[in-house]
Amino acid sequence: MRRKKYLRVLSPLVLASLALLLTGCDSALMDPKGQVGEEQRTLILTAFGLMQIVVIPVIVMTIAFAWRYRRSNRNATYSPDWHHSNKVEAVVWFVPCVIIAFLAVLTWYTSHSLDPHKPIQAEGDDANEPIVIEAVSLDWKWLFIYPEQGIATVNELAFPVDTPVRFRVTSGSVMNSFFIPRLGSQIYAMAGMDNDVHLVADEQGVYPGRSTNYSGAGFSEMTFDAHVGSQQDFESWVSKVRESSESLTFPDEYYDLAAPSENNEIQYFSETSPALYESIIKSFHAGGDHAARVAKFTDSYANDFGHGAGHGDHGDEAHGDDGHSESDESHGEPMSAEAAE
Amino acid sequence: MFGKLSLEAVPYDEPIIMVTVTAIVLGGLALTGAITYFKKWGYLWKEWITSIDHKKLGIMYFIVALVMLLRGFADAIMMRSQLAMASAGAEGFLPPSHYDQIFTAHGVIMIFFVAMPMVIGLMNLVVPLQIGARDVAFPFLNNLSFWLFAAGVVLVNVSLFVGEFAKTGWLAYAPLSGLDYSPGVGVDYWIWALQISGIGTTMTGINFFVTIIKMRTKGMTMFRLPIFTWTSLCANVLIIASFPILTATIALLTLDRYLGMHFFTTDLGGNMMMYVNLIWAWGHPEVYILILPAFGVFSEVIATFAKKRLFGYNTMVWATVAITILSFVVWLHHFFTMGAGANVNAFFGIMTMIIAIPTGVKIFNWLFTMYRGRLEITSPVLWTLGFIITFTIGGMTGVMLSLPAANFVLHNSLFVIAHFHNVIIGGVVFGMLAGLTYWFPKAFGFTLNEKWGKRSFWCWITGFYVAFMPLYVLSFFGAVRRMQSYNNPEWQPLMIVAWVGALIIAAGIACTLIQFYVSIRDRKQNEDVSGDPWDARTLEWATSSPAPFYNFAHLPEVHGVDGFWEAKKANGGVPPISEPPYQDIHMPKNTWEGPIIALFATIFGFALVWHIWWLAIVGGIGMFATFMARIFNDDVDYYVPAAEVERIEREHRQRLKQKGDLAHSTRLETQS
Repeated sequence: MRRKKYLRVLSPLVLASLALLLTGCDSALMDPKGQVGEEQRTLILTAFGLMQIVVIPVIVMTIAFAWRYRRSNRNATYSPDWHHSNKVEAVVWFVPCVIIAFLAVLTWYTSHSLDPHKPIQAEGDDANEPIVIEAVSLDWKWLFIYPEQGIATVNELAFPVDTPVRFRVTSGSVMNSFFIPRLGSQIYAMAGMDNDVHLVADEQGVYPGRSTNYSGAGFSEMTFDAHVGSQQDFESWVSKVRESSESLTFPDEYYDLAAPSENNEIQYFSETSPALYESIIKSFHAGGDHAARVAKFTDSYANDFGHGAGHGDHGDEAHGDDGHSESDESHGEPMSAEAAE
Repeated sequence: MFGKLSLEAVPYDEPIIMVTVTAIVLGGLALTGAITYFKKWGYLWKEWITSIDHKKLGIMYFIVALVMLLRGFADAIMMRSQLAMASAGAEGFLPPSHYDQIFTAHGVIMIFFVAMPMVIGLMNLVVPLQIGARDVAFPFLNNLSFWLFAAGVVLVNVSLFVGEFAKTGWLAYAPLSGLDYSPGVGVDYWIWALQISGIGTTMTGINFFVTIIKMRTKGMTMFRLPIFTWTSLCANVLIIASFPILTATIALLTLDRYLGMHFFTTDLGGNMMMYVNLIWAWGHPEVYILILPAFGVFSEVIATFAKKRLFGYNTMVWATVAITILSFVVWLHHFFTMGAGANVNAFFGIMTMIIAIPTGVKIFNWLFTMYRGRLEITSPVLWTLGFIITFTIGGMTGVMLSLPAANFVLHNSLFVIAHFHNVIIGGVVFGMLAGLTYWFPKAFGFTLNEKWGKRSFWCWITGFYVAFMPLYVLSFFGAVRRMQSYNNPEWQPLMIVAWVGALIIAAGIACTLIQFYVSIRDRKQNEDVSGDPWDARTLEWATSSPAPFYNFAHLPEVHGVDGFWEAKKANGGVPPISEPPYQDIHMPKNTWEGPIIALFATIFGFALVWHIWWLAIVGGIGMFATFMARIFNDDVDYYVPAAEVERIEREHRQRLKQKGDLAHSTRLETQS
């Protein structure tokens, strides 16, 4: 009777967890759209499976031993002074050692094969030449610079399918992390540092990306979409960006953009200063004047000792009073539903 | 005159905060009124505030920890509610400026002001008793450590209603925590709360390290130490080795913020990567400072209630030592995504997973302690069983995170949140609640109510799985930590499930509170006169409950692992009772200097937060002068006359006699 009652409680739980697992199958990490992400999925599943060799026996033994050797069970053997067994000790050291040895080899191998800094060898006949995109995290938006095309965007990314992309990643502010879950590896964006991650998309589609490293008030909306299409799609996107009337020169227009803002709309810049990315990095190095230039922003990070006023109603007038963010278009509406998968 | 402080610093416009503050103030007034009405100020001062008794300090640590648990948990509920609401454009009820303080405060409070004091509280209560000592090596320092910790608690709580708390995440990564990006006082509260309480923790580490090395009773060799003491020893080694790193890191950040230096900013040659490395060089050992003593608790609990010697004592010790050493060579696994080369990442990944080996061995040792035992399923045992299963799952996800290539997609996601709650709730919290139930009678002389203890366990474990399993799933969809809102409506159902989980955990906490109430109400029925309510194995049970202030009338002698168990066996199954003649006992005197130094430290910290320089000087001079007063005070110890010891022990024997026959007969029954 009692057992049946347990079953009745357990079965919905089991069903619910199965449902959870199944919904996980089309998740970003379990249904990746790029070579890096696919290898990472395999790695995660391999490690998970391997560890079941220990995890399942431990769970079973915990429940079985506790039940079998419960105080009221007088049929079970009781050996109060049994506290050592070379055999048991050998097994409990040996099994974890073997699993970890295996995982260690896997770690060594995958740390090198999936090293974010390692260029991706384009596969197949239809593979395209690699391209470079430079990503700069600002408060709180992403600036993407296309050095070969001489254009830049805010919060929108596009590149052709089957084309290895080298993302150079830095920050114009605090630390962030650049991540497109469907494609694989993320990498930190750090001011004054030139980091990089190599990714490739095997399928066309729109893949959401974001900063994963908390960076302040507007962090939650620091998202973007990566549009992966054919070479033609990419080229027409580039021409669309080139039609924009805005340009991004360093330093003046760049620092206007760098002013803190939340919930940014997509922006296109038809031309940029040459070596904009390098200029941003250098502005943090000796001789750079980043500190002087952003000193005027500091007030906008303070908000009445942090309680309420200011960031509370972010969106349209979060920084209306800071007097230097002329660009109204940088305070946009919430991201459209497209951003959702 | 008042630096940056003005009336504007009080957040009148935040209803949540103002209601909380009002409740705290009213509660505080009621408490103060009650103490005054019942004329208990003198009692509090003499018996508790100035006490150097390690058992009382342990109790005070635990009380503060439980109060802070309520605050930290209130933060948790608010976060879960916010995320259950703030989907697809909805703003929820907490704007980022408030939400960001809440997740920072939650992390800081739960680690520094809940988990740490619980661990240190248990060490205080138990370690000197387990090694057969009359007090710790440096009793004044012990009192000072507690009060410095309390100063940190006060500063964190003051930040709630005067100013703000940090909005940086619990480790306050630079440059976000620098003056440019966090110009408010929040980070300064973080700095001074952690700096002051951290110095207390460092002193605790030294104190207990020396105590365990130097003050063991006759026959208590290192390889006869109870496992809880062994794990405490290792935790204290970790404190001594790692907390100075924290102190130095925070000091450098302080220089950045107060004197315009550039250790961690990118301008003028500073480097934020140094901050991240330093903070984790402390931060990783810190998690072992918390978990090792919890491992110790489970070892004691499982052996006691299985009525069986711990399986593989030596293995257990060496596994603990191995974890202690390894914990210093894995810190980089917290930031594989910083961009270090493949060799570096692989090294730290492999080092991290090697820790799984000794940890796995420990798990099997607990299982084989149950094997062929007579396991009594009490609530401490339930916590232990829940721990073994939950911690194993948490360990597994930890190993997954330790693979650098997998970490590149799991880092900063909710997977990390789920993982560390998996090991901290399943390990540290379960361990501390098991330890609380297990040693409660030693502290107070009566046992806790089992029914409510078990209810608490079932709520906690169910709540934990309901709250955190969805987060593992969400991480696969790209959900990250520290989001105040998200634009993906598909995440909302699981966020609501997680919120329900948090409510179930809240029920668990409520059960614990009810457990205290019921147990105190029924304390006469639950009284433990014997001093050994569980028929346990180690020395802390060899003295009466609550233990007399001098712990042992005669210092016990130990002849093996589980010394007290052996002594009971040799004595026909009952504990040997101390008999006259007694000798004078040398004991330390209470100290007023500890709380007063901490009071000045609080003033010092508060003044520096608000840049009230004259007040900081007052606080600094006050600390120094009080410390000098202590140094030149020679009247710090006394002798308890043998006659007094005899009186106390005689009363104990009489109580034993009254109830003893009954207790003895039930014990024989359980043993047969």
